[in-house]
Amino acid sequence: MGPLSATAFVLISLVKVIVVFTVIMVVVALMTLAERRVAAWIQDRSGPNRVGPWGILQPLADGLKNLLKEENLPGAASAGLFFAAPMIAIFPALVLFAVIPFASPLPTRWGLVPMIVADIPVGFLYIVALASLGVYGLFLAGWASNSKYALLGGLRASAQMISYEVGLGLSLVPILMLAGNVSLPAIVGQQQELGVWYVFPLLLAFTFFIVSAFAETNRLPFDMPEAESELVTGYHTEYSSMKFSMFFIAEFSNVLTQSALMATFFLGGWDIPFWSGDNMRALADGTIVGATPALWKTLLTLGAFALKTGFFVFVFIWVRWTLPRFRYDQVMALGWKVLIPLLVAYIAIQGGAMLGLQAGGIDSGRTYALALFGLNFVLLALLLFWLDRGRVIRGSWGASRRRTQLIARAPENVGAASEEAAAV
Amino acid sequence: MQRHYIPVLILFALSLVNAVALVGLSHLVSTFRPTHVKKAAYESGIPALGDTRERFAVNYYVVAMLFLLFDVEVVFLFTWGAVFNRVGLFGYVAILLFLFVLVVGLLYEWKKGALEWD
Repeated sequence: MGPLSATAFVLISLVKVIVVFTVIMVVVALMTLAERRVAAWIQDRSGPNRVGPWGILQPLADGLKNLLKEENLPGAASAGLFFAAPMIAIFPALVLFAVIPFASPLPTRWGLVPMIVADIPVGFLYIVALASLGVYGLFLAGWASNSKYALLGGLRASAQMISYEVGLGLSLVPILMLAGNVSLPAIVGQQQELGVWYVFPLLLAFTFFIVSAFAETNRLPFDMPEAESELVTGYHTEYSSMKFSMFFIAEFSNVLTQSALMATFFLGGWDIPFWSGDNMRALADGTIVGATPALWKTLLTLGAFALKTGFFVFVFIWVRWTLPRFRYDQVMALGWKVLIPLLVAYIAIQGGAMLGLQAGGIDSGRTYALALFGLNFVLLALLLFWLDRGRVIRGSWGASRRRTQLIARAPENVGAASEEAAAV
Repeated sequence: MQRHYIPVLILFALSLVNAVALVGLSHLVSTFRPTHVKKAAYESGIPALGDTRERFAVNYYVVAMLFLLFDVEVVFLFTWGAVFNRVGLFGYVAILLFLFVLVVGLLYEWKKGALEWD
């Protein structure tokens, strides 16, 4: 099976773009429902369940409502930027998915079709570059509204997102070191070849990536830009109607993309574990290395990818309804004083360990990965222990000790103790 | 390989059309009857005091400047990471020196109080 002809390539690309775009929009709509349903489930109530079966048409009703609601344009706002900001926010959120491979290559009558919108060789840089554009939409929204809450939200959003972007970028460097490639299909292929998902040899990078991803998407516990108890709703205070929902579409599709990235970088993308039937890699000329592609394999791997992505989306929602919000200075301190120095140290340690293992003759395969996993596990344990410093992990012990001290210091007991001492 | 950028352009076009269509459609469909009160900036119900576009905390500028430095660092590390297995020990030592300079810079900013929020 050869490569696609030029006409077939363009037509199939068009089909893929439209299908993926539609699927993202539908999934984002369902995610708004999922968030409310999961929230309800966590808080032991029903959630929206009236529109359609299990409330599944609720997003449609919400969308229609938002379309018909009255628009708002504050008198002091800069009208052009005010209208442009939601568009600037939604654009990078929707195009990011282009370089994420979502299933194994599909054999068709016209040739082998890779299941990725754009198999560009610089997929990694594409993601980093476009993800950083998201901040413009939020900041311009805050600035254009000319309202104090909106401006503060916009400022917070921009400072927080650029701070954690450094952390996000740094936590991706170990992946590059291990994969030696900047194309996402190649990273998936490397994980299949290694036989171990990157979450194991790069456990610490995964941890840092999750923290940065939460901050990048402005989700709780990092939702400073729209902290409703401080800033009403932050940068979109003055927005209503469809422009308001566009910020939410942008936020949810960012969550979806970050989940898909976690699945791709750390959980093997569309790889099915313990099965070599899907270990295939399409070369640039359309030939295939490894197992033979088939339609059922494509569907199966698509299911695996959806499952992994869905899991991370659930984690995003779960965390949102579990953890309280940080203070702003805590968020910035975590980004600059903890995340960045630790990541720099981690990159140095990881690089040294990889060079050491290679010098020792172990430079690929499962042993290499497991040795790195051991190192990462120890480092993560040390990090958690240091971050905790006996506050949570040894909580019951600490609490009982504190209680004993308090009892001893209580006035009536202090007197009793001194009387005892006097009697002795 | 150039042709792989065609779908990116198609997706860009589709996303732009989608963004403009969403805003445009709701602008056409929905009503907007501005009144004096509706056009005022929202400040929790009380009349807005003064203008918004005044001075704001200098920390935001400092963070933006630091970001520029460290983002360039990340770009350098990307290129190094991609060829990590080929440049070996020499590249590793070189990048350690580079990281050392940056960490000294970060510590300097830290001691100067550029990372403090109050």
